[in-house]
Amino acid sequence: MSFRNAPLAVIHDRDKTTLFTPEIREQIDIWIAKYPAEWKQSAVMPALTIVQDANGGWLTPELMNDVAAYLDMPEVSVYEVATFYGMYDLEPQGRHKVCVCNSVSCLLLGSEELIEHVEHKYDVRLGETTADGRFTFKEVECLGACRHAPAVLVDKTYHENLSPQALDKLIDELE
Amino acid sequence: MTDKITIEIDGRTCEAAPGEMIIAVADRVGIIIPRFCYHKKLSIAANCRMCLVEAEQGGRPFPKPVPACATPVGAGMKVQTRSPKAIDAQQGTMEFLLINHPLDCPICDQGGECELQDVAMGYGGDVSRFAERKRVVKDEDLGPLIATDMTRCIHCTRCVRFGAEIAGVRELGATGRGEDMRIGTFVAHTVSHELSGNIIDLCPVGALTSKPYRFTARAWELTDADSIAPHDGVGSNIRLHVRGGRVMRVHPRDNEAVNETWISDRDRFSYEGLNSEDRLTAPMIKTDGVWREVEWQEALTLVAERLKAADASRMGWLMAPNATLEELYLAQRVARGLGCANIDHRLRQQDFSGDDADPMLPWLGLPIADLETREAILLIGTEIRQEQPLLAHRIRKAALEGATVACVNPLTLALTHPARQLVGTPAQMVMDLAAIAKALGDTGSGTLKTVIGSATPGDAHQSIADALRAAGEKSTGVVLLGALATAHPDYALLKALAYRIGELSGAVVGFLPAAANSVGAYLAGAVPQGLPGGRPAEPRGLGLGEMLSTPPSTLVLWGLEPDRDLIDPARAMAMCEAADLVIACSAFRSPSLEAVADVLLPIGAFAETSGTFVNAGGLRQRFQGAVAPPGEARPGWKVLRVLGNLLDLPGFEYRDAAQVRDELDGLCGDAVLDNARRGDYPTATPGTTAGLMRLGSVPIYALDPLVRRAPALQRTPVQGAAFGVYLHPEQARGDGLIADQTVLIIQNGHEVEANVFLDDAIAMGCARIPAAVTGSGRLGAQIGPVEIRPWFGETGSEAG
Repeated sequence: MSFRNAPLAVIHDRDKTTLFTPEIREQIDIWIAKYPAEWKQSAVMPALTIVQDANGGWLTPELMNDVAAYLDMPEVSVYEVATFYGMYDLEPQGRHKVCVCNSVSCLLLGSEELIEHVEHKYDVRLGETTADGRFTFKEVECLGACRHAPAVLVDKTYHENLSPQALDKLIDELE
Repeated sequence: MTDKITIEIDGRTCEAAPGEMIIAVADRVGIIIPRFCYHKKLSIAANCRMCLVEAEQGGRPFPKPVPACATPVGAGMKVQTRSPKAIDAQQGTMEFLLINHPLDCPICDQGGECELQDVAMGYGGDVSRFAERKRVVKDEDLGPLIATDMTRCIHCTRCVRFGAEIAGVRELGATGRGEDMRIGTFVAHTVSHELSGNIIDLCPVGALTSKPYRFTARAWELTDADSIAPHDGVGSNIRLHVRGGRVMRVHPRDNEAVNETWISDRDRFSYEGLNSEDRLTAPMIKTDGVWREVEWQEALTLVAERLKAADASRMGWLMAPNATLEELYLAQRVARGLGCANIDHRLRQQDFSGDDADPMLPWLGLPIADLETREAILLIGTEIRQEQPLLAHRIRKAALEGATVACVNPLTLALTHPARQLVGTPAQMVMDLAAIAKALGDTGSGTLKTVIGSATPGDAHQSIADALRAAGEKSTGVVLLGALATAHPDYALLKALAYRIGELSGAVVGFLPAAANSVGAYLAGAVPQGLPGGRPAEPRGLGLGEMLSTPPSTLVLWGLEPDRDLIDPARAMAMCEAADLVIACSAFRSPSLEAVADVLLPIGAFAETSGTFVNAGGLRQRFQGAVAPPGEARPGWKVLRVLGNLLDLPGFEYRDAAQVRDELDGLCGDAVLDNARRGDYPTATPGTTAGLMRLGSVPIYALDPLVRRAPALQRTPVQGAAFGVYLHPEQARGDGLIADQTVLIIQNGHEVEANVFLDDAIAMGCARIPAAVTGSGRLGAQIGPVEIRPWFGETGSEAG
């Protein structure tokens, strides 16, 4: 046998026009168009992001199945992607996500301190949401911002070189 | 790519094809490289890193060890699999793999036959440097066949790749990341593919093991015996693992020409039926409605006397098509020796009007392995995945290579490859074939002319015809008739059209055998129109169709249950009841046999007798008995030999089964399997009527008495296996029926209660009512008119 060079397509017989909303479909289609037709499952990551954003920041099994159906791929392949990457959440989230990078550079430059500070001040453990639902506190793998560690991702914005006070300020600005 | 290059592995010069991987070359010459994720039938993942070797190309060493499974060879490459650097890399990988692997070998079913254990013996350290906490993974329930212990998983992903590449159903996946990665279905559900048991063999550790076999034996306690699977027409090569006279489990044996390295779940788990409580263990005679056990002597003497006294012209022999070649041959010798030519094995056929045109020795029309190189395949009336799981796999391979696969069926199949499916009532099946014939330019003759004339080819028919013709020009087209075609009321017409399509397109016409030895049954002469070797019988005897309409006064049933294994259970039971004497040779007791038989003779099942099966591709495969039959049961050929002696028939002095086989071989001489028709099929007008048609397909785990008694398979959920009325939602709405409603099935005056299931795979105008399952035993023909009526009776209907 050799390397597999063709995708395993599973043709779902669900009517694609009943999946998601026309706006979401339009956004996903932009990504599908970037790949060869038989590789439309390559759009799975942006599709999951789009669907997750439209669902208040998290994915349900049903939504993942819908993505699988929309991209004609096996459901379990979508689960694999969604469980692998830190930016997909499979449980209800707070209104915002505060994600502290805890890979080696940030760790050396004080990310543990940031985590301890937030846990203490806002009474929230890693992976939990604050009681008021304001934000979910997450630890993520390397954000790729090592040169200005420690880095924190608040929703979709990078913040680098943070002290506990600077992080406080960011969190206080959240709705 | 036929140019060969030479490379050097561990100082040995090896020939290789450019682009081949190092590990494949090493395997061929017998140099062992440890591996977990690599498997010759699966794509390359290169994720276990166990096969790291040192290599150099053109005098320049690779900077670091390379995975042998994912490194293509180049001319002059030198590979060291046992150099200090390679061993060091392999030991390093081993240490990582063992970090999270539990030390539970003493309680692990895989212990003693575990790839990880074996490789750890060679490459593992004796003490682990890992002092941290080991991970624990929750098990998943994959159903009644596969036991899981996912903590043992080393993430080789063979099972995941098997699902994606071989089964074509991606049920398992690797979810999570890093230490949280786990193999599973994520959303719990039973793995239900008909080949799924193969992941047990693929798993290099004890994460996936056989559930029925679990904790029953140790690998080193087992002796093995080669055998042949007794169910579908593939004749998969299997290995029976035996302990203390009991078959403990079944594994595949590699045979590229037959089953590659796979076997179907039916072949793997049906052995459980051998140990069923239903086994018939002593000869029994019924006197005044009471069964009593007797000695063989008494039973056989009685049988011989009654057979001698019986009117041979009013005698009938019905043989299971998975009886061995020797049994079939001796049975027809006894029958014909008594002057009775009424013998048949075509138990699920209802239209015998084509007998005179049928080939004498029908078969698949090509070797099994050639299926995967066909470019156009037309399947007529077959639930191929249920009927012939491994042929379906070959067809899938062809389809993935770009072959056009088309089906003419009364229901939509859930296939794992692209296929053009024409779905319609049994009558519509005839018209679809006629339309394909017409698209090929046929005008027909006789009644075919009317049928073909009235057909209007659509785009689908035209494109199938074009694909068949294009493939036919390269001799890569094939038209195959399956079990639903055989059971079709107009089988002769289907055959006539199939042959027309074959002749016009250049495609080969083939038959999917009903069972493991259907092809052998023709060779053995277990048909009314044929003698051993396929010589025509003069005069021909009566077949099943005639026996059903004019019941014989003496019946011999071999290896079958009349209410399950015959095309029309209601008429079959009536036939048996009308007979003065019914002699049943069977491995199992069953209520229907006990009701209609007068004598029960216990015979050995497949693992308990030596014999021969002839598979779909005409391959004769011999096997030896692996265990003794239970109690007083005896191998079938011995029973027939003694019976022959008691009947004073000449030439029944066989010492062993090989002698029987040699005698048959002599009679077969140079007989070749040949699907050429011997004449024109009768040109009767289609008999299929306009009303609702029953579709009595046989679920995968209901095929024969053995598999029906395998508990794990019976517990496996199979879509459409439960008895009931499966209707298209539109059809149900039109008839005013809803899901789960209790209805009355009325067929030929017999009434049976059943529940309604909705299934949009079923053609409109059809009601799929499975055959050979509990509940179907009083119904009529598998395919035939049926009436469904809402039922408002007292019993079974709950208030509210």
